[in-house]
Amino acid sequence: MTETEGTEGPVIDVRGLRKAYGGAPAVDGVDLGVERGRITALLGPNGAGKSTTVEILEGFRTPDAGHVRVLGADPSRAGRAWRARIGIVWQEPVEPSPLPVRDLLRHFAGYFPDPLHPDEALELVGLADRARSGARALSGGQRRRLDVAVGLIGRPELLFLDEPTTGFDPASRRRFWAMVRSLAGGGTTVLLTTHYLEEAEALADEVVVLRSGTVAARGDAATLGGRRTARATVSWTEDGAARRVPTDEPTRTVAELAARFGGEVPGLSVHRPTLEEVYLSLIGEESGEHGEAAE
Amino acid sequence: MTVLRLGASRAVLELREYFREGLQVVFTFALPFLLLLLFTTVFGQGFEGGSAGAAAYYVPTLTAMGLMAVSFQNLGTAIAAERGDGTLRRLRGLPLPAAAYFTGKAGMVLVLAVLQAALLVGTGAAAFGMDLPSDPRRWLDLAWILLLGTTACTLLGIAVSSAARTARAAQAVVALPFLLLQFASGVFVPVQALPPWLLNVGAAFPLRWMAQGLRSVFLPESAAAAEAGGSWQLGTVALVLAAWCAGGLVLCLLTFRWKSTTQG
Repeated sequence: MTETEGTEGPVIDVRGLRKAYGGAPAVDGVDLGVERGRITALLGPNGAGKSTTVEILEGFRTPDAGHVRVLGADPSRAGRAWRARIGIVWQEPVEPSPLPVRDLLRHFAGYFPDPLHPDEALELVGLADRARSGARALSGGQRRRLDVAVGLIGRPELLFLDEPTTGFDPASRRRFWAMVRSLAGGGTTVLLTTHYLEEAEALADEVVVLRSGTVAARGDAATLGGRRTARATVSWTEDGAARRVPTDEPTRTVAELAARFGGEVPGLSVHRPTLEEVYLSLIGEESGEHGEAAE
Repeated sequence: MTVLRLGASRAVLELREYFREGLQVVFTFALPFLLLLLFTTVFGQGFEGGSAGAAAYYVPTLTAMGLMAVSFQNLGTAIAAERGDGTLRRLRGLPLPAAAYFTGKAGMVLVLAVLQAALLVGTGAAAFGMDLPSDPRRWLDLAWILLLGTTACTLLGIAVSSAARTARAAQAVVALPFLLLQFASGVFVPVQALPPWLLNVGAAFPLRWMAQGLRSVFLPESAAAAEAGGSWQLGTVALVLAAWCAGGLVLCLLTFRWKSTTQG
């Protein structure tokens, strides 16, 4: 097996992936292609096959069927040289080490042929001022950033982020997003699983929605599931009552309203389905707030 | 080369973490140390040569127990905890050869074993006037018994870590048999005072043979008659410990898991 054959072509190339547990399919024919430097978000409810798919790509599970190439190699058979080219940020926290943050990173850096300097990695995740702290003394969000620093220490070509910002406050989340974007700008490919729709919207070049082990939809966040062309809802206030009209031509509706009111329309808003609404309809849940419910 | 370099790096990391965890140090080092002070002081008068004679009996006996604590007990609980919280699984996601992980564990245990033996032997000599052997052959015996016994207990510790489903259960799965084995191996009660059936149970495991072998290093030749077999039986010691090394290795290969059953 040649582990460098993947320098050209897609970083992740998956076709017809299948995996069943005890006869029940968890992943049932998934195709996935990810180009270098792109951020792809995997969305889906619990049990949709996200974890199984990611664990197969990481080489922790063997698929029942399908073509799987990650960085040009079969993950379930790839060796150390391949491992050194990927980084994994795990979902579940572990008991942190009592040792200083920088010492831990220096240790993990020793596993890789061409690692980042520990201070560089700490700078990237915004922990430079905590380099001498014991990992145990970090706050929850800082521990998470240390996990990311460990994931980055080997200069991975492909970074797996599994629900990376769970428990972050909004400001840290935004800082984290900026960091992921700059990594991707530098050529790192990112596969992200997340429950936060706004995270997928903020980061992902492509969103892939899984449902019952199959791809329910894929596309960029703006057009996913026909979002851009979906029916809009125009709402306003008239005679003290809230009014709303679903329409395929919101501009025309607004123009008519403006003419009728002779200027400012009270409480005017034009609403297109949010990613969350599109997502919920894709996985077969009603959002119950906007959209179809207004009809 | 990579395995040795990364194994040494892991051993250093694990030792540093170990000594920052106060509780583990207390369990593995303080217990045999305090028992040595206690037993030698309390039972000193009953031994020929007073407390120096008592120390010559209890230092090797408790060193055997201490060696098993730094290997079997330490790894049995620590690896179960690493498996339970996902540390092992994460290591599998890094370019760390499995052999380097185990080399790190072995290196850590070896350092702890030498420290344990030095602490107990040093205390026996300095505090109780125990005679140190002058014959280099006896020091050689100490070295091979320490090495072989610790290796066997290390492998058994790695194997037993897989027996418990959770890290919490591992405490019981490791501590209880270890405590019973200490009784059956003559750590608390001298072997002469044990009923034959219990003696036979103890004889099936490494601890009794480690203790007996180590006693041959520090006790005078005449004390051999008090052993269960009437002599030091160093050949049998070597045989039993080597057999447990082989058996422990097979058990490890059969049972070792990188993730817990709840991790899918």
